[in-house]
Amino acid sequence: MDQIIVQILNGLDKGSAYALIALGLTLIFGTLGVVNFAHGALFMMGAFCAVILSKILTISREVAVEGQTDFLGNPLMRDVPVIYNWFGETAGAAIIDWNVPLAILFSIPIMIGIGFAMERGLIKHFYKRPHADQILVTFGLAIVLAEVIKYFFGANPIQTPAPAAFTGSLDFGVWLGYDPLTIMYPYWRLVYFFFSALIIAGVFAFLQFTTFGMVVRAGMADRETVQMLGIDIDKRFTFMFGLAAAVAGLAGVMYAPIVAPNYHMGMDFLVLSFVVVVVGGMGSLPGAVAAGFLLGILESFASMPAVVQVLPGINQIIIYLVAIIILLTRPRGLMGRKGVMED
Amino acid sequence: MTDQTTQPTSVASPSARPSSGTGGMLGLTKKDSTLMLIVFGLVMLAPFILNPFPEGSAMAQFNAGYPDLMQRFVIFGIFAIGFNILFGLTGYLSFGHAAFLGVGSYAAIWSMKLVTLNVIPGILLAIIIAAAFSFIVGFISLRRSGIYFSILTLAFAQMSYALAYSVLTPITGGETGLQIKNTDTPLFGGPTDGSIGRANLFGAEMGNSFELSLGNWLFTFNLGYYIAAAFMLIAFYLSIRIFRSPFGMMLRAVKSNQQRMNYTGLTPKRYTLWAFIISGAYAGLAGGLMVAMDTQVGPERMFWTASGEVVIMTILGGAGTLMGPVLGAGFIKYMENIISKINKDILHEWFAFMPDGLEDIMVSVVYPFIGKGWHLTLGIMFMLVVIFLPGGLVEGGQRIAARFRRNKNAD
Repeated sequence: MDQIIVQILNGLDKGSAYALIALGLTLIFGTLGVVNFAHGALFMMGAFCAVILSKILTISREVAVEGQTDFLGNPLMRDVPVIYNWFGETAGAAIIDWNVPLAILFSIPIMIGIGFAMERGLIKHFYKRPHADQILVTFGLAIVLAEVIKYFFGANPIQTPAPAAFTGSLDFGVWLGYDPLTIMYPYWRLVYFFFSALIIAGVFAFLQFTTFGMVVRAGMADRETVQMLGIDIDKRFTFMFGLAAAVAGLAGVMYAPIVAPNYHMGMDFLVLSFVVVVVGGMGSLPGAVAAGFLLGILESFASMPAVVQVLPGINQIIIYLVAIIILLTRPRGLMGRKGVMED
Repeated sequence: MTDQTTQPTSVASPSARPSSGTGGMLGLTKKDSTLMLIVFGLVMLAPFILNPFPEGSAMAQFNAGYPDLMQRFVIFGIFAIGFNILFGLTGYLSFGHAAFLGVGSYAAIWSMKLVTLNVIPGILLAIIIAAAFSFIVGFISLRRSGIYFSILTLAFAQMSYALAYSVLTPITGGETGLQIKNTDTPLFGGPTDGSIGRANLFGAEMGNSFELSLGNWLFTFNLGYYIAAAFMLIAFYLSIRIFRSPFGMMLRAVKSNQQRMNYTGLTPKRYTLWAFIISGAYAGLAGGLMVAMDTQVGPERMFWTASGEVVIMTILGGAGTLMGPVLGAGFIKYMENIISKINKDILHEWFAFMPDGLEDIMVSVVYPFIGKGWHLTLGIMFMLVVIFLPGGLVEGGQRIAARFRRNKNAD
């Protein structure tokens, strides 16, 4: 039993990342009808927002340490982040420590901006072209974005730690009456799970309870009728693209402490999140979220030693296997709407 | 297109002989024979054409006429020609073709390890196994179309990669891959003195080269290259025949209107499946040749970005055209091997004629796009082609040619 709980917990954080990326992909597909292969790149850009912020925060100046000299008799120099001068040493250190949560605020405007630029500059011209063209051009864009990041930050992963308060693990098993140390769960993964649940709830609430969201939903269901009612649906869909980019970006920011950001993390996540989207059903938001968590948890179950012993290698292929079976037996995916991309 | 899709149904199978033997040799029309002859000439004279700069000159780094790279040109050319038969004609975008290449490679290396170091059986086995594998994958994936087809092929390829990497290690060698070792004892004609066996063709080793020195120029004629080139010419010839055959017409019909095909009583899936198998066999041939040239194989050959590469090659060159995929493959492999080697010092040499300040500016502007950043240039070019030139470089060339012709007519 405790093993099962451990696996569910392990699946949750990966599942959260899948769910967030798939949610953004589905938002874009459902509103604009565009298959966006650059979505993984947006996730990666988000993670690099955290890296950029930490670089900005730790811009340092050399300051002489009072009362100490090096062996030549010159005053000893030490790098001190500029931010210490503004906020004092303790507050400055705390700000640097809390870099990743702060990067959330930092990344939202950046990601929305990137999303706007992408939609207005490129995607807009591809609405009328076949899906294959959309896949290809966004695939090219994903390569370009990854290479730009590689040029500025190099090919190696950059460690971006979580705040010190969240290092260490939660002894989850004790709460459920198990012995201490049976079920350990890192705090940051817990934070990631709640964070993504919050974002998902926020996106759904936005679509469900605001007038803007209502119009967008109407546009997803029947674009032409909404346009005939005199609503500029294109403008709202552009905003939704920005929102989807921000969701992917936030997923990336918070993922930075879990996996050190590198330039190809977007490509690594892209394939899986596309599988998640088609399993959930193209254009279905609840489907994307459910499939994200489902596949995340399935994957971690499949990597249990007991399972791997019976079916070696199953942990590597389970997601693809599930995707193939679902695609062949349920043409619309788990929760796909009728008439959306069925062939 | 309509009248073509409703042609007689008696020409169903790909082996059906095309009726258009109008003159030309080998059943090709005059235009196609010219194209074939040009490609033949280019491929045969490649060691000259690709080495235009004398040894030791500043431009010598642009020489691509060394065996290793020339082999890659033709092998990836074959891979792209095969992919084009599927994507260019039927419009089905497969993101998993590298799996067939990988399977072919593994088949070929096992044939060399166990049976004989002669490359021909290995290559034939690679084609057969890859075709069989692509039949299975195609049979399942072709139940869906559009993006679902792409995802299905992608899923199959990633599964093959993951399995080759982990569980199938006894067969695939896992992460380290497979090489020919001195402990291998092929049934026929292995080395007897305990040395590492080399791939050969009836005794002539693939690595054999004849070097011709003319003045400052050095030309290398490599046996392996010419064997790969012969296969490539056959592959190219077959692709012309497929393009011109009624079968090719059926494949175009699949792309333009499947419903109408159904109404006329044809089964689009059967044609598409044949195209899938043929392109899988081409990939297997490419994989087998890779092993014949360089006797090793690893699972990274099957990773999905490798499939993405052949997609890029085909589209950059021009999907649905005969020459496009070959051009695209050559272009990308040239960039990967030549442009990527240019570093900052070489750039400084190039721009040395400029005033100092300007020189530094030029170098820092150009540098991100070449050398290690060649992927960036590739990505940008690929995007530009998809956006502005859906017919790829071939269409670009045709447009330029058409403009020249118009100017001439105007004069």
